Amino acid sequence: MTLLTDRPKVSDDDHGAGGHDGEHHGPVGIMKWLTSTDHKVIGMSYTITSFVMFLIAGLFAIMIRVQLTGPDSTIVSQHTYNELFTMHGSLMIYLFIGPFAFGGLANYIVPLQVGAPDMAFPRLNAFSYWLYLTGSLIMIGGFLTVGGSADFGWVAYAPLSDAVNSPGAGPDMWIVALMLTGFSAIFTGVNLVTTIFYLRAPGMTMFRVPIFTWNMLVTGILILIAFPVLFGALVMLWCDRHLGTHIFSVVGGGVPVLWQNLFWFWGHPEVYIIALPFFGVVTEVLPVFSRKPLFGYRGMIFATISIAALSTAVWAHHMFTTGTVLLPFFSLMSYFIAVPTGIKFFNWIGTMWRGSVILNTPMLFSIGFLLLFLGGGVTGIFLASPPIDFATHDTYFVVAHFHQVIFALVFGAFSAIYYWHPKFFGRMLRDGLGKISFWLMIVGSFVMLTPMYLVGLRGMPRRIAEYAATDGWTFENRLVTIGSLMIFVGVAVTLVNLVVSWRKPVFCGANPWDANSLEWATSSPPPHHNFDSIPPIRSERPVWDANHPDFTTHDHGLSPAEPAEVSV
Amino acid sequence: MKFEANFLIFLGIFGAITALVYGILSDELAGTVMLAGFALLGLFPGGYYLWWHRRIGTRAEDDPNAELVDGAGVVGVFPSSSIWPFIFGVGCALVAISLVFGFWTALPGFFMVISAAFGIVSESRHGGLSRH
Repeated sequence: MTLLTDRPKVSDDDHGAGGHDGEHHGPVGIMKWLTSTDHKVIGMSYTITSFVMFLIAGLFAIMIRVQLTGPDSTIVSQHTYNELFTMHGSLMIYLFIGPFAFGGLANYIVPLQVGAPDMAFPRLNAFSYWLYLTGSLIMIGGFLTVGGSADFGWVAYAPLSDAVNSPGAGPDMWIVALMLTGFSAIFTGVNLVTTIFYLRAPGMTMFRVPIFTWNMLVTGILILIAFPVLFGALVMLWCDRHLGTHIFSVVGGGVPVLWQNLFWFWGHPEVYIIALPFFGVVTEVLPVFSRKPLFGYRGMIFATISIAALSTAVWAHHMFTTGTVLLPFFSLMSYFIAVPTGIKFFNWIGTMWRGSVILNTPMLFSIGFLLLFLGGGVTGIFLASPPIDFATHDTYFVVAHFHQVIFALVFGAFSAIYYWHPKFFGRMLRDGLGKISFWLMIVGSFVMLTPMYLVGLRGMPRRIAEYAATDGWTFENRLVTIGSLMIFVGVAVTLVNLVVSWRKPVFCGANPWDANSLEWATSSPPPHHNFDSIPPIRSERPVWDANHPDFTTHDHGLSPAEPAEVSV
Repeated sequence: MKFEANFLIFLGIFGAITALVYGILSDELAGTVMLAGFALLGLFPGGYYLWWHRRIGTRAEDDPNAELVDGAGVVGVFPSSSIWPFIFGVGCALVAISLVFGFWTALPGFFMVISAAFGIVSESRHGGLSRH
């Protein structure tokens, strides 16, 4: 490929480690992991750690499903079951999907996409990884304490989470772990926003920044809005448990619902903190494999901003049944948020429409994301209606809804793994194994989720460790278990794929997908401080413009060529 | 810089309006305060960026016709490998875990946090950094 202009490096007087040719100057092995401030190393540490959390939480899910396969099951005890679903939710939400997105993918990809040599605050970046890792170990370490880990659900509602109902060190370790990982998220958010505002390459105006980076900017701002509230709530909870305050207990004049109020003020922006990055992934993948520019670039940006703004004003739709919230306000706001999400769907489909769609693994996972997120989103609109929510609250209908939403994000994550793996390691993943993995996961997820909705509508409550044969939920629960096992096998196939591509590498060049954005302008994997040269940035597809000068998407400067006249 | 400022100010204004509407309609204090915090979180940095925009004008990254040479010069100063973030992180974790298991882990924790703070500052003063 051709790069037209070298980015000048005026001052290049490195002290010791950290030149461009310089990875061999720095420490290697475990010291590289411990001391690196390179966003690529930290991003990869985040990605691998969070993926391990995904696998652990997935094992918990399988244990939950094994327990629920038949009626009157006694495979695990009630207490163990409570620990399992609590830690399944906690690991998936706090330690996997968020850190995978803003710690792993964004850390690695955002500086590359804006043409920066590193994140704005590299040592802060490393610090936030260590907070995340220690926090994760502390949360899982709860299993080693006498009373076991936290068992009050991942939402830790008061008064169940107070010192009387949940005594012991495990719940405290859960609280402390969230304080640490919460700060890790805040620091990453600061880093992302600063990087995107201050370290863009010349010519990379805000309306040429790739949508993934745009979404990470908005995610960073949402992190800054939401996570401090969670931290405050956790401090209050700790004080209630240890210092004898009564913020969340009725006895001393406190208000238990206040916990829900604070928690969900974090919790609903958090839904978009974890969703927007994967919206971004899909928005990167769809144009590349439809061989078309993104349809509605600005519309995408404004949809993202409106989703972020509205997401701060919908939190109490999780609390409709408490009877203490302003139903019309939160219901209306929750309906509103469907509008920008709908715009995004329209643009995604518009991008694929009449494109030369290439159905390889990243594209398939992105399409799977669209299917699952549509289902999860539409049932979300049902639940935004208070009468429906009153009837289905705390049933498997809600469980199915948010599992469909979040499993859509897992599809986004797998799409990102298959799409960016060549950039991370310079090696392709096997497409055949990827497709097997995809089909197992997509069929498995519908086999898992559809019966969940049905059994929820028939009244099966969430978080029960056993049910009677006379309840009539057995057949559906068998299907759910079969679906979850199919997903398990599908994920295992992707792990095999990773091992195979490591053992028998298929090497690739800088730009195997003939893609659009700046990360494909540098080698795979990128050198220390990322770029030896950067193509001129005249549109939101600089690498495409450099590689296809006859088919540019310029809006300034050089005149675009006539696209149709080329074929002979 | 101008777009970044306006973007944050827009979020701040949205937060302020939402806080006002929600505060009047619901008469519920915690949510109103949190929404007001959201408004300030948009308005403060947004206003700060606007002030900077007035001082420095259009940067190369805001100019749609900028050439790469326009960005010549030092992009930033980046630290090379450093052990201090690790020590800082583990120190913070030890201090935090003392909330569960008692004060004894806080002592080494504080020691690590303080030495890491000194370490990072002296690292910034005495090189170990690379400019780009």
